[in-house]
Amino acid sequence: MSLGFVMLCHTALDRAAQVARYWATRDCPVVIHVDKRTPGPKAEKLRGDLADLTNIRFSPRHACEWGTWGIVAATQAASMMMLQDFPQVRHVCLASGSCLPLRPVEELRAYLDERPRTDFIESVTTADVGWTIGGLNYERFTLRFPFSWRKHRWLFDTYVDLQRRFRVRRSMPSGIVPHLGSQWWCLTRQTLSAILEGPEREDYDRYFRKVWIPDESYFQTLVRQVSTNVESRSLTLSKFDFQGKPHIFYDDHLQLLKRSDCFIARKIWPEANKLYDTFLSPNAGDEPRAEPNPGKIDRLFAKAVERRTTGRAGLYMQSRFPNREWEQGRTAAPYSIFEGFAEVFENFDTWLSKVSGTRVHGHLFAPGGVEFAGGATVYNGALSDSAILRDYNPRSFLTNLIWNTRGERQCFQFGPSDNQQIAEFTAADPNAQISVITGAFSIPLFQSNRNFSDIRAEAAKLQKVESDLLTILRAPNVKARVRIWSLAEFIESPMEPLQTLVDEISPRSMRRLTEVPRMVDLTGFGQFLQNLRNQGMQPVLMGDFPTGADVTTASSRRARPYLVK
Amino acid sequence: MADVRAEPILLFACLRNEKVRLPYFLQYYRDLGVDHFLIVDNDSDDGSRDYLARQPDVSLWTTKGSYKRARFGMDWLTHLQRRYGHGNWCVTVDVDEFLIYPFCETRPLRALTDWLDASQIRTFSSMLLDMYPKGPMQDQPYREGQNPFEIAQWFDSGNYTLARNWALGNLWIQGGPRTRSFFAEDPKRAPALNKIPLVKWHRSYAYVSSTHMLLPRGLNLVFDEWGGEKASGCLLHAKFLDTFAVKAEEEMARGQHYAESREYRAYQQALQDQPDLWCKWSEKYINWRQLEILGLMSKGNWA
Repeated sequence: MSLGFVMLCHTALDRAAQVARYWATRDCPVVIHVDKRTPGPKAEKLRGDLADLTNIRFSPRHACEWGTWGIVAATQAASMMMLQDFPQVRHVCLASGSCLPLRPVEELRAYLDERPRTDFIESVTTADVGWTIGGLNYERFTLRFPFSWRKHRWLFDTYVDLQRRFRVRRSMPSGIVPHLGSQWWCLTRQTLSAILEGPEREDYDRYFRKVWIPDESYFQTLVRQVSTNVESRSLTLSKFDFQGKPHIFYDDHLQLLKRSDCFIARKIWPEANKLYDTFLSPNAGDEPRAEPNPGKIDRLFAKAVERRTTGRAGLYMQSRFPNREWEQGRTAAPYSIFEGFAEVFENFDTWLSKVSGTRVHGHLFAPGGVEFAGGATVYNGALSDSAILRDYNPRSFLTNLIWNTRGERQCFQFGPSDNQQIAEFTAADPNAQISVITGAFSIPLFQSNRNFSDIRAEAAKLQKVESDLLTILRAPNVKARVRIWSLAEFIESPMEPLQTLVDEISPRSMRRLTEVPRMVDLTGFGQFLQNLRNQGMQPVLMGDFPTGADVTTASSRRARPYLVK
Repeated sequence: MADVRAEPILLFACLRNEKVRLPYFLQYYRDLGVDHFLIVDNDSDDGSRDYLARQPDVSLWTTKGSYKRARFGMDWLTHLQRRYGHGNWCVTVDVDEFLIYPFCETRPLRALTDWLDASQIRTFSSMLLDMYPKGPMQDQPYREGQNPFEIAQWFDSGNYTLARNWALGNLWIQGGPRTRSFFAEDPKRAPALNKIPLVKWHRSYAYVSSTHMLLPRGLNLVFDEWGGEKASGCLLHAKFLDTFAVKAEEEMARGQHYAESREYRAYQQALQDQPDLWCKWSEKYINWRQLEILGLMSKGNWA
């Protein structure tokens, strides 16, 4: 008993000839269909090239436009020819001109000999199909499709819409349950002949002629009528991308294909010489077989689709520039913004980088220049510390920094003196952890040796900027993890918030904070605020500091901080 | 061009006095699978013309016309593209630009163009990536025929700014060592790095400004707007070699470049103190996979 191949070809006929010859010389009859749209001389050449083989036939040519009946008609005619001309054939395998056998045909034959009654055809009910493109599943069978999808997309879509709106339905031939599946099947003579010679074939054909993409449904549906033993999978490895177009195999997929356990692969790039040479070589079967690992191919192509549809979060580049709110991750990784902490604590950045094991920068958006950690003038990815370059495109600056330092969490200081352009972007970024001690900007002023009228003006300006920032951070569309304390509130009990923040930044350490950052001396701060008030300014963001009674800061308690466990 | 195969991949370039670069340039693109070169020589006097005329796969046009008045050479090339490019994949590059695309080590350019055809994609984006040596450019002279990236091995990996140009629908990319070193005071004027050098040509197409963008506008949509990544490559830019100082001098004198040759003026000033573009965070070039991982280019859904 033998196996026969029906091959549908339209381009790269020299490759098709190579594969046909491979099968034919191994005692597998081949019936070749050449697309009517392929130029005549090319088809003639193919015929000539294979003229020496007696078990190769050429079937009547049909035009095979994608998604239309022509492909089914061609398959039917070629299959009929196969069944009539080669009575010894038991299984008929449908292949294309860009298919390549991955395992010696003897193995396929042996495999089929063990399963003489089994039909290998992917056949899934429309409800269970997740892979159709264009949202047409069941409607493929109930609407009419007189217009070409490729050439007249607008007419195609409009006609579908019209039919939906007016609820126009075609009636299905009785007893048919629509099934879909891969075009590439391997059927037994019994099943195939039952489909092709059945009394109702004319009715079915008339119906399927107007079904959308009938090559994925004609045999897949009818096989359920006649076969008793359907194995719903294809013996042909064929992967599709997100547009429903087959992935192509190249020379560099050789190792991957060797480890596939499929018998046939499609589609192969016609110029993939190494693949054709390897798999069609006479001693292809002699090589020791690698352990099959078909999952690897699945992963490779699944990843490719994911890269195309989802991309890499936080990456902005020449071929990925998402619209606002479509970023699928505004930035590449979590990061922390501290506002007011460097003012309240001495050497806050050193302390933080020690306890959390992260990179802690100064004010990245400082007007004088970028304060990278360690005073670097250039940073990961050759980012410059120039304020002009940063302010030319602050969003690019920040997203670049976070992208360039993937794997190492970045923390930086921020304040009302800094360039505020970035604030809205970070507030709506779920990766941002923003912690603000409001009013802390007044501490450096308090410590400064400037004229009080200057201080007052400066304090008023900074307070205005910080209020605007707080408005942004309190807006309903904020996606960052925002925490806000007033200065008075914070210095009342600083350890608890610090512990929470550090735990969030480096959850694995889960250590208690043993070393406390040293708080600046705020003796006289209450009076300072009162002086501002006396000068006519209203300091509101600092919270409640009683005049006269001096605040006790945590720095005076050197004991271990109290913590809620 | 009579003996060129059906549906050839064509390369268009315009040059002046680039003899020293030509052997490697031609070989590089031949190896990728370019079938024929269409080159406009703008009045070279260093033997470029004779050299090109001797190549079997080069069609050469010569002009003494003004580079500037021909829209920096683009008018000449547009004319040739209309005439010979229609229906073919066309690479349009300068002789110091070297195309890198996903899998370029294992798959010829035709594998890419076949895939683009199958995916119904007409244009392929390749950002210009400025390559530079470590140390002053004069220290490592470039020999004819040499791979320029043996010298200019380094690049900036993550300091590029992107903005949308709504007028033509393209992305405007700037940054890299040139912005960092020559335009730090005026980044707006830094050169654009977005490029679309590979196009399935139609006679109705035209490049607008160098190969940065095209008309009609739809051709510039080489990026995904919904979070995904389209396939893209890089043009490795071998501008910063020892030949650069001489070139900057010559181009300044001719005054034939964009915006009063402002770019070259900036270079000339900076070059006087023998700058080193290299910095501690410069990345050393390895292969396309490295550029892919760094996010400078993408495989998209080509696997």
